[in-house]
Amino acid sequence: MSSSDRGASRAVEMVEPRGGLGVAMAAIVKRDLTLAARRRSDILNPLAFFALVITLFPLGISPQPALLASIAPGLLWVAALLATLLSLDTLFRADFDDGSLEQLLLAPQPLSALVLGKVAVHWLMTGLPLALMAPLLGLLLALPAGSYVILSLSLALGSISLSLIGAIGAALTVGLSRGGVLLSLLVLPLNIPVLIFGTGAVQAAILGDPVGPHLAILGALCCGALMLAPFAIAASLRISING
Amino acid sequence: MWAFIHKVGSPKWFYAISGRLLPWCWILAVGLILVGSLWGLAFAPADYQQGDSFRIIYVHVPAAFLAQSIFVSMAVAALVFMVWKIKVADMAAAVMAPLGAVMTFVALFTGSVWGMPTWGTWWIWDARLTSMLILLFLYLGVIALRGAFASRDSGSRAASVLAMVGVINIPVIKYSVDWWYTLHQKASFSITSRPSMPVEMWWPLLLMVVGFYAFFIAMTLMRTRSEILRREAGKHWVRELAAGGA
Repeated sequence: MSSSDRGASRAVEMVEPRGGLGVAMAAIVKRDLTLAARRRSDILNPLAFFALVITLFPLGISPQPALLASIAPGLLWVAALLATLLSLDTLFRADFDDGSLEQLLLAPQPLSALVLGKVAVHWLMTGLPLALMAPLLGLLLALPAGSYVILSLSLALGSISLSLIGAIGAALTVGLSRGGVLLSLLVLPLNIPVLIFGTGAVQAAILGDPVGPHLAILGALCCGALMLAPFAIAASLRISING
Repeated sequence: MWAFIHKVGSPKWFYAISGRLLPWCWILAVGLILVGSLWGLAFAPADYQQGDSFRIIYVHVPAAFLAQSIFVSMAVAALVFMVWKIKVADMAAAVMAPLGAVMTFVALFTGSVWGMPTWGTWWIWDARLTSMLILLFLYLGVIALRGAFASRDSGSRAASVLAMVGVINIPVIKYSVDWWYTLHQKASFSITSRPSMPVEMWWPLLLMVVGFYAFFIAMTLMRTRSEILRREAGKHWVRELAAGGA
């Protein structure tokens, strides 16, 4: 196959046995980004949910800025975690329904690497926007100054782990017709470490303590998840498809 | 070696061998738990600070030990099932999950009952209590996932993956909850720095711990045997067994 042919048809390249891993992953990332751009509500819904949940707390607890400021880091992190959880159900659902997930399983490239591309897009479309939006909601909760950058940073870093761990749950439940509640039962306990260190980083920033250790552990959790989760996701997808 | 493993792994052989082991496990479990609880509840000296309320330790500590050990055994069984496709391992993992969840609940419940007279509260967000609660949720997740699939084989494999993911996460969760606890509040009391136990209190506790483990093994063997009969109901040897027993 000549190089011009190869450039012309990446879709063909993906199923060709000799196709490189990088090409396949790039194709998956490009495809999922295109799909996300065409279904914008999938991106906007978690953000709207995030804002709504944050709005509920002052109404439910108290509008006093002093009280809100003290619980703001936890509220923002918990709400972001729930928003990520909400978006997980759609991660493999459409691909499962139209059969393209089976094509992914049949691809000659290792499935664990290919799903990493899908999870990367999921993070780009939920984790990153949530992290960018969080400071705005922090303002509403009177989050003390000086912790906004850390809030975004910790959410951006932590949500990589959330996406990876959540994808295991999504892969396990994609074959079930009503997997939503089960998904949260599976994923939430596993997300607790990320929540602890994410909130810890923001609180340390508010108190003026060093935030480095918290971010370092968030990074370590992210590395651990990056190493191990793809294999669990791949194994779970095989169970969901073949079972 | 391999022939031996496959022999033990075959449901029929496991059924026969476990049938011979089971009475001994039950004798050990019932004997140790009876002696341990009588000794602990009636003869061990009362604690000089807590009085008789400390005696709940003889249920609380063994249950807490088992709660964690059962999750690890379940994950090991899941690994054996996933790697070598030994069906008996999955049956064992399936029956271990509810047992582990019950033990976790017992540990939490007795801890809470113990907390009321000694700490003056049913619940505090102590690091150990919190990680135990998370462990209970992990058990519930494994049980729910297994039940959610229409095909038993998919349910088995999904639950196995989750058990292995969970067992990797348990140390991470435990460590981070410890960290969270030291960050947020300083303990005015601690379970770990209790004055070391006199020997007369320690012996019945040891008997109870060993007795609980024997109970767990006996219970797992017994329930695995019933699971074998249930899943292999169509097999020739099971039908023969049923015909002979009737």
